[in-house]
Amino acid sequence: MLLSLQAATVRFGRRPVLDAVDLDVAEHEVVCVLGPSGSGKSTLLRAVAGLQPLGSGRVLLDGRDQAGVPAHRRGVGLMFQDHQLFPQRDVGGNVAFGLRMHGVPKGERDAETGQLLDLVGLPGAARRAVAALSGGEQQRVALARALAPRPRLLMLDEPLGQLDRSLRERLVVELRELFGRLGTTVLAVTHDQGEAFALADRVVVMRDGRIAQSGTPLEVWQRPADEFVARFLGFDNVVPATVADTVANTPWGKLPVPEGSPQGNRPLLVRPAGVRLVAADEGLPCTVTARTFKGTHVAVRLQPADGGPRLEAACALRDAPETGTEVGTEFDVAEIVVLG
Amino acid sequence: MALPVAFFAVFFAWPVAAIVARGLKVDGTWQFGRMADVVTQPDIRHVLWFTTWQALASTALTLLLALPAAYVFARLDFPGKQVLRAVVTVPFVLPTVVVGTAFLALVGRGGLLDDLWGVRLDTTVWAILLAHVFFNYAVVVRTVGGLWAQLDPRQEQAARMLGASPLRAWRKVTLPALVPAVAAAALMVFLFTFTSFGVVQILGGPTFSTLEVEIYRQTSEVFDLSTAAVLTLVQFVAVGAILAVHAWTVRRRETALRLVDASVTARRPRGAGQWALLAGVLVTISLLLVLPLAVLVRRSLDAPGLGYYRALTNADGGTFLVAPLHAVWTSLEYAVAATVIAVLIGGLAAAALARRDAGRLVRGFDALLMLPLGVSAVTVGFGFLIALDKPPLDLRQSWILVPLAQALVGAPFVVRTMLPVLRAVDGRLREAAAVLGASPWRVWREVDLPLVRRALLIAAGFAFAVSLGEFGATVFIARPDNPTLPVAVARLLSRPGDLNYGQAMALSTILMVVCAAALLVLERLRTDRTGEF
Repeated sequence: MLLSLQAATVRFGRRPVLDAVDLDVAEHEVVCVLGPSGSGKSTLLRAVAGLQPLGSGRVLLDGRDQAGVPAHRRGVGLMFQDHQLFPQRDVGGNVAFGLRMHGVPKGERDAETGQLLDLVGLPGAARRAVAALSGGEQQRVALARALAPRPRLLMLDEPLGQLDRSLRERLVVELRELFGRLGTTVLAVTHDQGEAFALADRVVVMRDGRIAQSGTPLEVWQRPADEFVARFLGFDNVVPATVADTVANTPWGKLPVPEGSPQGNRPLLVRPAGVRLVAADEGLPCTVTARTFKGTHVAVRLQPADGGPRLEAACALRDAPETGTEVGTEFDVAEIVVLG
Repeated sequence: MALPVAFFAVFFAWPVAAIVARGLKVDGTWQFGRMADVVTQPDIRHVLWFTTWQALASTALTLLLALPAAYVFARLDFPGKQVLRAVVTVPFVLPTVVVGTAFLALVGRGGLLDDLWGVRLDTTVWAILLAHVFFNYAVVVRTVGGLWAQLDPRQEQAARMLGASPLRAWRKVTLPALVPAVAAAALMVFLFTFTSFGVVQILGGPTFSTLEVEIYRQTSEVFDLSTAAVLTLVQFVAVGAILAVHAWTVRRRETALRLVDASVTARRPRGAGQWALLAGVLVTISLLLVLPLAVLVRRSLDAPGLGYYRALTNADGGTFLVAPLHAVWTSLEYAVAATVIAVLIGGLAAAALARRDAGRLVRGFDALLMLPLGVSAVTVGFGFLIALDKPPLDLRQSWILVPLAQALVGAPFVVRTMLPVLRAVDGRLREAAAVLGASPWRVWREVDLPLVRRALLIAAGFAFAVSLGEFGATVFIARPDNPTLPVAVARLLSRPGDLNYGQAMALSTILMVVCAAALLVLERLRTDRTGEF
């Protein structure tokens, strides 16, 4: 393993910010830590970088314990949330900084800087002032700067946090492609699930300093480990249920669940795509309370007539009913997940 | 951290302790009863009262007149700004004796105002207050203006967009950010005026006397060392109390500020308000700072054919063993050495104090560093002679003694100027450098230094200027054959005759020009942004 965290714990005062975290990152793997703000994901990066001392536990890089190794000797790169470009240096000076710290001679440095700027799509920008750069350009410079000393592990803290949506979506693809090409090992943290799923080979969801779930984007998306992960991923159709065999007793009535689901009292998730709207006299009767256009579909908010918890359905654009319409709902077993 | 502590222990604490001991220890026993006796004397109590209220009034007046100038220098761009900035700083480094005389020539009997309108202020406290403003104008302009110039204007703009009026935005956003700097400046002004010596000595006459003047009188006129020692302690305690309050207020307001390059925040004046403000500041500077200096220069030229200046090149053998002009080189050498020491000691101390994980003990040192400013320079100079003249540290014959004493006064300036800026450097920039492979030392050199270079230069300029103008301590320890400029001026002034007086004026003019030149060089350096440090 390139990076291993073993029971890594950091406390601010008495509050654990990282609580006995175990995490492995293999070489060439792109791992994204996903979590709401305050879940400890930035602290995780800082602990690996050596900027935040551990209260207990260990950080290993290439199998070597990093206790007592200062940040500048760990050979990892960290791209900061708001870039933290050096304001008094130009673009080239920023990118070449790490090379200079590692004693790379000037000629080589300049060549390398030029190549990196080409790589991140800013050819010939070396002499520009960082204050004159747009957010996206700063982002690219920060990336080039972090990549320059060829860190064995590149860490990104909210890499695309402050950029506008279209730029973000383009950059995610570019980054993914770039890391694949360079074979970089990446540990990124973000609060944006779309970003995490698009970037990562593996997603790690954090909650209150602990790892709530770890898996491929598909695994996490299809089978959220618990109610917290499900809700964090944007799923709101979560209700308490009593599962017996392949039937779950819920406030929405008896719902079918996949075979082999965990049994007993557990939260249950119905993905919006699994809520089908049918004629008003069939299934669970509901009233449409709101419609939100989502680009590829319309999210329809439904209030069951019996006063049960609201639910959300994903409708095709032309099928979405008007607000106030009485509809019936049925549930698709393939989109129902019994949570842990 | 160890180096600054040792420096202040050996060259400050020890000499002061030595002289207090000499005053209060009779036949090996401490005479603490003396303290109560001295403090309850009516004339001493009068001195204490006057010292305090004139310092408060001077501080308030200085802030009132200089804060608009701090704004003008920070946010407005106009031709001749750099020259003007140097001009404003010159008074601060002039020997107090010269300033006192210049003000006497301006507002005293037969002075300019007397000639023109028959107005005399030399018997009132106004002369002292105005001279104090003259001195300390630069403290406020440079300390507050330096930070102000680097505050991001967009913060204020954000407040405007949130519905704040310009005044309210300034009050709610800029003012709080400036408060530590204003507090630091006000503290300095208060300390200087609280311990004011030369100005009060000359303009105060028999009516007005500060603690420092009284200490000097007791030491060198009445030869009552024990009263002087008690007063030194009183001043020490008072200054300590002020510093404690200051440290407390500053600590409560420590915040990371968003600093930007000073060159992007200044704009051409726009609108009647800004032009009026600029004009007002220029008029204030002309009347308050330039006019006394002009009177000084005018007087130095009174003799035909630059007679006073030519007289300076002669070693007359009476007042001096060398030509008075030689004092220029002596002063420059001492000042350079003192600046190096002050920047080293002050820089190290500031760096240690700026660390966010600095403990209480280290923070306490922040206040201690300021003490040399508040303790009677007379005491320090005399203490040097008593404490540092025997092994293991016999420096009495060494030239380094003078720069050491001057650095003692200069180092607190360095700390005060550097600390706000160092504390405002975003810690994550340092982390970014560390992650890119910079060792702690290189982080300091690559991140902190370029960002604080401006502050460092200003600090060095202050230290240099203070060293050039330092009088109270130097007068005790400078060797007779090697006087510094202020000492030479004072010696000339103490002798009767027009020629000596004229020479003093001429030498003061030279000191002024040297200071102005040094400051101008610094101003140039400051704007030279090519290359890495």
